[in-house]
Amino acid sequence: MGRYKEAFTAPLFERNPVAVQILGICSALAVTTRIETALVMSLAVTAVVSLSNLSISLIRKQVPGSIRIIVEMTIIASLVIVVDQLLKAFAYEVSKQLSIFVGLIITNCIVLGRAEVFALKNPPGISFIDGIGNGLGYGMLLLSVAFFRELLGSGKLAGIPVLTPQSDGGWYLPNGLFLLAPSGFILVGLFIWALRTWKPELREEE
Amino acid sequence: MPISEGGWPEVAAESIKRTIIVALGVCFVCSVLVSTAAVSLHPIQEENKRLDRIRNIFIAEGLPVRDVDLKAVYEATIQPRMIDLSTGASIQGADLNRKLSIQGFDMRAMAADPEYGKQLPAEKDIAGIKRMPKYMVVYLAMQSGRMEQIILPVYGKGLWSTLYGFIALDKDLRTIHGITFYEHAETPGLGGEIDNPRWKDIWKGKQAFDEKGTLRIEVIKGVVDTSRPEARYQIDGLSGATRTTQGVDALVRFWLGSDGYGPFLKRLQEELHGQV
Repeated sequence: MGRYKEAFTAPLFERNPVAVQILGICSALAVTTRIETALVMSLAVTAVVSLSNLSISLIRKQVPGSIRIIVEMTIIASLVIVVDQLLKAFAYEVSKQLSIFVGLIITNCIVLGRAEVFALKNPPGISFIDGIGNGLGYGMLLLSVAFFRELLGSGKLAGIPVLTPQSDGGWYLPNGLFLLAPSGFILVGLFIWALRTWKPELREEE
Repeated sequence: MPISEGGWPEVAAESIKRTIIVALGVCFVCSVLVSTAAVSLHPIQEENKRLDRIRNIFIAEGLPVRDVDLKAVYEATIQPRMIDLSTGASIQGADLNRKLSIQGFDMRAMAADPEYGKQLPAEKDIAGIKRMPKYMVVYLAMQSGRMEQIILPVYGKGLWSTLYGFIALDKDLRTIHGITFYEHAETPGLGGEIDNPRWKDIWKGKQAFDEKGTLRIEVIKGVVDTSRPEARYQIDGLSGATRTTQGVDALVRFWLGSDGYGPFLKRLQEELHGQV
């Protein structure tokens, strides 16, 4: 079971898709102004990457190399459309806020990256676990970024007011920078710094 | 090392036959998956859209939308009315048909329809909508038999997407009661801030028209100087969302203007207050 555990836990820290491999940054900036949207996006990506890993791994021995990428993209795109349709039916409010970013999971490098690097070379079970691990690694970082952006940018956590802003009679002056994309870059950068301090083996050789 | 992360993947040998079979197989399975999801979930999504429309009518009207039976309140307080945009006349009874029905009114389908929609000449099309319906359903918010507010559907181009929303006017037909957008795809956190309740609150109480009936409302760049007399016609622009707020400005001016609801508002004024 050791390798299943490794496939699951490695993407959380040592091989975190966002903080170590610097993939999926676009959506990490776009959907992290609120915890709710970050959570739904994380679940959507986890579902897509785990199921795409599973299905690509199942047919990995049948797919000829020349149409490998287009087959992977077709599967990923179909899964994303299904997830988008499900969100529109059962989580309408959030799907409106996520708008185009659910559709853009198709172009999220993490999904195609895991298909190419992992699912094509490993059996279905472990590929599925690897997908879940990567989805959660992505989600963990998104939620951490969203925690700070929502708290400092609007004084709320998951929509519940924590720091009452001055406009509502409280003391906190919301920092609007945290609602803009640059703060996402700054926070992701700080997380990368923290991770590399904690795990020095991630630093490149001089 | 059981987990393989390097070297070439175990791909199948090339052959034209295999390539075609795999391509067709994948396409078939994926298309079945996608169409099943789209078709089976369509009714739920449509119901969501309808409820969302009603909810947004209430938001524009300034009513609470949580913990209420939206459909029941809608039936009790809202009087939809089909109008002819060019004359402002209301269309009733026999003139309504399958396409022109209040229940199933679909603004987009109407705008695209050769008979019920029309092309806008470029110089008039300030909202960037290209085509508009000739008829529209507006909503009268009633209270003990009297109209309190009129809620008008509006739409226009933002930066990335067309914004669809409602604007509510008080019974003087000059004061803005509220504005809300129920569908758009502007950048979350920037243009998407048109959904921010604090920004929408700025609209409440602003004057769309001056005493002479001239359309004055505008969304300016930056913050409104409240000491100036024009402040009551002006709305703060959203920082980082210049194009989106320009779009909102244009669509509000278009729809309240003479190519939009102008004729209808004039007629309604006469209906409510006698002579202008």
